[in-house]
Amino acid sequence: MKLLEKLTMCISPSGRESAITDIIREEILDVCDEIFTDTLGNLICHRKGSGKKLMLAAHMDEIGFMVNYIDENGFIRFSPIGGILKYNSINSTIEFTNGEKGKISYENKENPSSVGFDKMYIDIGASSKEDALKRVQIGDMATYGSNFAQTGDKIMSKALDDRAGCWALIRAMQNAKETPNDVYAVFTVQEEVGCRGAKTAAALINPDIAIAVDVSNVGDTPKSLELNLSLGKGPAIKIKDASFIIHEKVKNLLLNAAKESGIPYQIEAASFGGTDSGAIHLTGGGIPSGTVSIPTRYIHSANEVIDKNDLFNTALFIEKVIKTPV
Amino acid sequence: MLVKELASLNAPSGFEDEVRDFIRNHANCDEIYTDTMGNLICHKKGNGKKVMVAAHMDEVGLIITEITEQGFLKFATLGGIETAVLVSKRVLIGKDKLCGIIGTKAVHLQKPEEINSPAKIKDLYIDIGAKDKESAEKLVSLGDFAVFDGEYTPFGDNLIKSKALDDRVGCAILLELMKEEYDSDIYFTFTVQEELGCRGALVAAGNINPDIALVIEGTTCSDVYGSEPHTQVTNLGKGAVMTAVDGAAISDKGYYDFIMNTAKENGIKLQIKKTTMGGTDAGVIQRSGCGVKTAVLAVPCRYIHSPVSVMHNEDAESVYLLSKAVLKNIERSNLV
Repeated sequence: MKLLEKLTMCISPSGRESAITDIIREEILDVCDEIFTDTLGNLICHRKGSGKKLMLAAHMDEIGFMVNYIDENGFIRFSPIGGILKYNSINSTIEFTNGEKGKISYENKENPSSVGFDKMYIDIGASSKEDALKRVQIGDMATYGSNFAQTGDKIMSKALDDRAGCWALIRAMQNAKETPNDVYAVFTVQEEVGCRGAKTAAALINPDIAIAVDVSNVGDTPKSLELNLSLGKGPAIKIKDASFIIHEKVKNLLLNAAKESGIPYQIEAASFGGTDSGAIHLTGGGIPSGTVSIPTRYIHSANEVIDKNDLFNTALFIEKVIKTPV
Repeated sequence: MLVKELASLNAPSGFEDEVRDFIRNHANCDEIYTDTMGNLICHKKGNGKKVMVAAHMDEVGLIITEITEQGFLKFATLGGIETAVLVSKRVLIGKDKLCGIIGTKAVHLQKPEEINSPAKIKDLYIDIGAKDKESAEKLVSLGDFAVFDGEYTPFGDNLIKSKALDDRVGCAILLELMKEEYDSDIYFTFTVQEELGCRGALVAAGNINPDIALVIEGTTCSDVYGSEPHTQVTNLGKGAVMTAVDGAAISDKGYYDFIMNTAKENGIKLQIKKTTMGGTDAGVIQRSGCGVKTAVLAVPCRYIHSPVSVMHNEDAESVYLLSKAVLKNIERSNLV
C-alpha cells in the first residue's frame, strides 16, 4: 500500500496537478511506449497496439481550497475548489501545495450546521498578515491533510477519490504485459470542477471506446441512502449517473470481462454524481463510454474509506479489460 | 481609450451590430472578418504563436415577448439581471432607441408580501406611453431588444459610471492593444453572446484554434458599504484583476505566474479575484479543441449588469498596460 499512500498524501487540487503528475509519471514510465502531458496537463501514457483505441481515464485532481483574502491578524478566507461539503470542512486540518498546514474554523457566533464558506476561515497559526504572507499567498491552494490509515481490510484517507482509481489504473498497466488494443491510460486533470481535462484529452486521442475508473458512493452504513453498492463486494460497473448512461457495447464488454475473469462485481445505477465518462462520451462524433467504480464511503471528506480487496479487484478487472479486444 | 464611445452603443446579446460596426471602423489589423455566429475577428499577423485575445461585445439587456391590450410591453432578460435592479429604470428599445420605463404596481397597491419580496419578472412591464396595443405595435415589434439607458458620466475621483462597462471596457482595451506591434500571430476576437453562456467564444475558439488565449473582461466589485473585506471580490483602484479560479476555468499555473511576474517587473498594479464564482469566455476557450491555456484580466466594476456600473480609469489603464506587456513577452515565455 506504499504507492497508494504516496498517491493519496500528495497535495494536488484541481488545476494544480503538477505534483501528482510527477509521481504517476515516474511510476508508470517503464510500461509506456510514449508518455506526455497535453495542454491542460492531462498525463497520457500510450501503449501502442494494432487494435482499436481504448482510452482509460482516472482523474489525478482532488477537491481543495483557495486563499481569497488574509486579514490583519493572519486569518485566511477561502473559496472551495470542487465539491467541498461545508460541514465536513469545519475543524479539518488542511495542507497547502507548498507544505504549509492549517485548520478550518468558523465565526463561532454562527450556527455551525448552517454556516456558509464566507463565515469560515483557515487558521495557519500566523501572528499577523505579514507573518501569514511569508507562508501563503492569495490564490494559493490547499487540500485536506489527513493521515493515511489501514484498519483491517479497510483503508482510510483523503483523496481516495480518485487516487484509488489512479492506483488501479497504474497497476493494471504494469501487470498487463500484452494487449491487442491501442491503449491510452490517461490521468486527467480538473475532474472535480466539471470533467474539464477529460474533454480535451478525449478530443486529442479520439478513442474508439473509453472507460473511466473512479469512486462511487455506497449504501452500507447505518441508515444511509438506499444505494446498491457495498464495500468489499467488488468493483462496480456503473450503468448510469447524472452525467451519462453506459453504452450497450461497453456494458456488454465489461460484463463479459467480469464473468470470464471470475472477479466479483456489483452493478451501480445512480441518479446523481458524474465522472469523466460524462464529458468523454459527448466528445467529437460521440465515444462509447463506461465507468468502473471503486465503492467508497464518505466521498469528499478528509477520511474516505475503501476496502482493499475492492481496490485489488478493480486493478485486476481493468487489466482484464486491457487484455480483451475491444 | 474609446470606452465612452463603445459603452454608449446599444448591443445586447444576439444584437451586437452597433458595436461590431464601430469596431470594424476603428480596428488596426491585417485582416478582419465576421464568423457565422457574428464574432468579429481582427487578425494581426505575426510569425510566432497563435494568440487569441478576446473581449465580448454584448451587454445584458431585454427582449420584448408580448404587447398587452393596454399597450405595455412584457419582456424576458438577455443575460443575468437582478429583477430588483430593473424596477423603475429607463430603457432604450430597438435600433430607434425608443424610450421606455420599467414599471410595476404602485407601492400603495402592493400586498405586504409583495413589498417585502423582490419583484418578479412576470409582474414587470415596459411603459412606452402608448395609449393601447395598436399604438404600441406601430413603434415596437415582438423580438425587439431593449438595453438600459445609462449615460457615460465621469464622476468622483477618476471614476466613470455607465451602462455596459462589462465588457465595452474590454473592447476598448483590445482596440488600444491592436495599435501595437507584436511577434505573435494575434487574433483580436470580439465575441457575441457571452452573457448567455459564452456561445460566441466557443465557436470562435473552435475556428481559430489558438495556442494560448487571454480574455479581457469587466468583473464584479463589491468594495462597498456593508461588505466585509473578504467578500468584496475586487477593489476599485487596486489595479488589474487576475482570476486564479472561477466557476468556469482554472488559470494555467505557469501562465498565472508569468502574468504575476510581468506585472511586478513593469510595476503594474495587480489584484487577485477573491471568489471562485462566475465565469467568462475563458471557460469555453480553455476546453475548445485539444485544450488551450487561458488567463483572464479584468477591470473591476461596481453595480455590474446595471445602468450605473462604476469603474476606475486607472484600473482600465492597468489592464491595458499589463495585457500589452504580456502580449509583447509571450513569445519569449515557455508557455507554448
